[in-house]
Amino acid sequence: MMAEFSIPPALVLIVTGLLIPVLQKRARSIFLLAPPLLTLWLIWQVPDGVILSFEFMGYGIAPLKGDALSRLFATIFAIMAFGGGLFSLNRDQPAELGAAFVYAGSAIGVAFAGDLITVFIFWEIMAVGSTIVVWFGGGEAQRAGLRYAAIHLLGGVLLMAGVAGEISATGTTEFRAIQPDSIARWLILAGFLINAGAPPLSAWLPDAYPEASWSGTVFLSAFTTKTAVYVLIRGFPGAEILIFIGLYMVFYGIIYAILENDMRRILAYSIINQVGFMVTGIGIGTTMALNGAAAHAFTHIIYKALLLMSAGSVLHMTGKRKCTDLGGLFRTMPLTCICGTIGALSISSFPLTSGFISKSMIAQGAADEHMMIVWMLLAAASAGVFLHAGIKFPWFVFFQKDSGLRPDEPPWNMKASMVLFSVFCIGLGIYPDPLYAILPAPVDYQPYTGAHVVFQLQLLLFSGLAFFLMLGWLKRTLTITLDFDWFYRGLGQALQAEFQIKSGAAWTAFVDRTYRAVIRFLETVYRHHGPQGVLARTWPTGSMAIWATLLLGAYLIFYYR
Amino acid sequence: MIADNLPALQVVLPLLGAVVCAMLRRGTLAWGVALIVSLLMPLCAIGLLLEVLENGTISYAFGGWPPPIGIEYRVDIINAFLLLLVSLIGAVIMPYAKSSVEAEIAPENHAWFYAIYLLCLCGLLGIAITGDAFNVFVFMEISSLATYALIAMGRDRRALLAAYQYLVVGTIGATMYVIGVGFLYSMTGSLNLVDIAGRLADIENSRAVMAALAFLTVGISLKLALFPLHVWLPNAYAYAPSMVTSFLAATATKVAVYLLLRYYFSVFGVAVVFEELPVTEILLFLSLAAMFGASIIAIFQEDAKRMLAYSSVAQIGYITLGIALANQSGLTGGIVHLFNHALMKGALFMALGAVFYRIGTVKIDDLAGLGKKMPITMGAFVLAGLSVIGVPGTVGFVSKWYLGLGAFENGWWWLAFLIVISSLISVVYVGRIVEVVWFRPISQAARSAKEPPLGMLLPTLLLTAATVYFGFDTTASAGIAGRAAELLLAGLR
Repeated sequence: MMAEFSIPPALVLIVTGLLIPVLQKRARSIFLLAPPLLTLWLIWQVPDGVILSFEFMGYGIAPLKGDALSRLFATIFAIMAFGGGLFSLNRDQPAELGAAFVYAGSAIGVAFAGDLITVFIFWEIMAVGSTIVVWFGGGEAQRAGLRYAAIHLLGGVLLMAGVAGEISATGTTEFRAIQPDSIARWLILAGFLINAGAPPLSAWLPDAYPEASWSGTVFLSAFTTKTAVYVLIRGFPGAEILIFIGLYMVFYGIIYAILENDMRRILAYSIINQVGFMVTGIGIGTTMALNGAAAHAFTHIIYKALLLMSAGSVLHMTGKRKCTDLGGLFRTMPLTCICGTIGALSISSFPLTSGFISKSMIAQGAADEHMMIVWMLLAAASAGVFLHAGIKFPWFVFFQKDSGLRPDEPPWNMKASMVLFSVFCIGLGIYPDPLYAILPAPVDYQPYTGAHVVFQLQLLLFSGLAFFLMLGWLKRTLTITLDFDWFYRGLGQALQAEFQIKSGAAWTAFVDRTYRAVIRFLETVYRHHGPQGVLARTWPTGSMAIWATLLLGAYLIFYYR
Repeated sequence: MIADNLPALQVVLPLLGAVVCAMLRRGTLAWGVALIVSLLMPLCAIGLLLEVLENGTISYAFGGWPPPIGIEYRVDIINAFLLLLVSLIGAVIMPYAKSSVEAEIAPENHAWFYAIYLLCLCGLLGIAITGDAFNVFVFMEISSLATYALIAMGRDRRALLAAYQYLVVGTIGATMYVIGVGFLYSMTGSLNLVDIAGRLADIENSRAVMAALAFLTVGISLKLALFPLHVWLPNAYAYAPSMVTSFLAATATKVAVYLLLRYYFSVFGVAVVFEELPVTEILLFLSLAAMFGASIIAIFQEDAKRMLAYSSVAQIGYITLGIALANQSGLTGGIVHLFNHALMKGALFMALGAVFYRIGTVKIDDLAGLGKKMPITMGAFVLAGLSVIGVPGTVGFVSKWYLGLGAFENGWWWLAFLIVISSLISVVYVGRIVEVVWFRPISQAARSAKEPPLGMLLPTLLLTAATVYFGFDTTASAGIAGRAAELLLAGLR
């Protein structure tokens, strides 16, 4: 078994990704569909333990190390690559698709990484791949892509510094569970959290993802944040600070999603919100909570991809992305509408959908630990999720007023991928055992108890009621520039400072201000370092002699004691 | 017989070769002689390295006069490594030189060019191999004078000014060096490095010794282009003939770095230099200034050769940073970067030389779209450029990794941080070339370009392949560097 197995699953997708841009269109279709399935098969051939290892600069490198957790994440990444490939069959931008596959492959690489150096390397490839995917959005995406790249390079710097420190401190490269108790480990944690979309740098996610193309966003939604969840589960289970970070992310995502008008940006904020649930679960750190975080990552990838596929279909067919421009699409896009609604129900953890069977595990983890406040906050957040993603997205896009748009259904491949993922959502909701069976720890949990179902339904019904009662209010947000006074006026001064700076117009102003400051800084640098700058000019020969003398003098003074 | 005299052959062969070249007066013949000599050099160096690895330090008494009276050639693992590096680069560059020199230098000067080049090689190898402080000065002058002449042969008229500037600055450096040696001689009465080291142990910390250290440091720093004494370098590299630039960038500064290592660690000793004096602080500060200052200047250059020259200044900063760290990992990083930087800068300048050969310019704007016309050359350029950045899987990563570890060994995690951030700056200037070369429409100048002749292409590819190979297999490079670092740190205690 060990001997015959030697192909790292990550490699298949990465090589495919590199091939895609040079292939003819016909061959490309096969290469978008077959390699993810091959990868999936390979993933399940990986036995437990270190499969590949070698020495590099005297350090043990284990690029392929299998266990249940690795296989779980690799599986969903491969499924996602397949779904995304199917959805993008008609996308005529081979370089974007190639980059997306490299990106997906390196996510799988992270999932199987047995040592920190491998993690770092795949981490960087992911950053490069995803940046290219963002870039192909066109228009504003260029600048968004640059901001995205800058944040991820920063994350890479933190991670590399942390990894180097950790290895020099402990002498082992092994990627194992640690606690943030040294500077190097804090750096590693910070590097991971940046990719998870944690505060204070959450803004890169809703900034960049919605600017990608209709196909690119589907890929982007799945890999970066969920590899971050994976490495956190693997590296920092039970780190208490993650509870607070996670809860912050949960509410950050909800509040901004409620205020947002762009349909894909709503979903981007809701990624942060959902990852917040997972991060909270990791912070709780019990077997139940970790299982829940892993399971939730699995189901979340599916339903978030489904939601973004439906949003992508709408964008592809109408070219519009603002809720205010959309509405009433159920008439001509019934299938897209149904699939989008299934995704919306799943994200709201409606019973009989996949979200229900996974998110409740995290809440159960909190309950088991008697973390009353955490449990209540999570429950409140569940209502908030229903509000922003469960109702708001389908309501404003597919129902509401008639926008007069009469788009057709998208091409067959887009429909097929949506149906496939809808089936997954419902299927796992009804019959969760296959998912439970592949979780890292044995599951002893029954989601469908009477009390639980009733509780969840009540929660959803009342928040649904709240949505329609507040509809008038929510509509006021549907102007193009968002005006948020109404919001923080009601919530007190404490939140004001926090949200003023980040909200809508203020955020744009902030970005502009930063941008101008950077430009000013660059001008200063250019004055000194540019071709005519004092540092780059050809100096007179005499001045060099003076420098040499000065330096000599300095040395002599320093040495003279 | 030959094996016994390898240390002498290493220096004498190029010297003789130079004389033969000068007498031949025919370009092609001279090239043939230079080629044969250059190819023999690595054989000598490998022989020496194997001998050292097996039997330890070699001491070769010149003319039968035993040291410390006579001149001693002394080869240990550190300079055996350096000899191999210099002679390998020399051997790789000779096949490349033929086309490049024919295109850039007037035919009547070809024989002189090769003669001077061999003198330069002889001087650099001599500095590396000799164990005598004054002999170092002699070889330093041989190599420097040859270098001035080589730079002045550049086609651009500014090459003359660059050579003149380098001459003045280089002479100042050599003078300071010789003053430093003079101080040492007056204190110890010896010129043999090992002997000086032994005698210094008794008279440490006298003012004259400190003054000697200061003069030596500044003199050598001028030679190795330590920021802010680097100002001669960009012009010299930018306007020299392509082949000369590639050769100097890969070897000349490295030899000067070796000299600094030799004096700091073997002669004065770690205890004096790093523990009693603020050398660490000064060198650390200047290295960081080089890493950031020169990298930022590189971003704004309009001429690709000048850009790489500034990048060289920045990269030398990494090497001196390794010296300043003065611990096992840091020093390993510095020494291995000496090797790695020679590979990558050699490859980059050779690729640019090939571009110059085809389109007659290396202005960045003129390189637009060249990726479509010279995909192999520019592909090599990108790979070597990735190595400058320090992407994993290239040699640059290996060096930076060790430097980062060295920083952590001293508990300076902020320094590890700065190392990584400075590589982000190199992403910008390498990225800029990549963008111009691959993603812009083809420029007027590049329209008729095609791949260079094989004689130029293969050496470029060979060095590029080496940057990748040694990025994966680090046993040879980092392994030897690690042993050299151990030896240096052990010093004479």
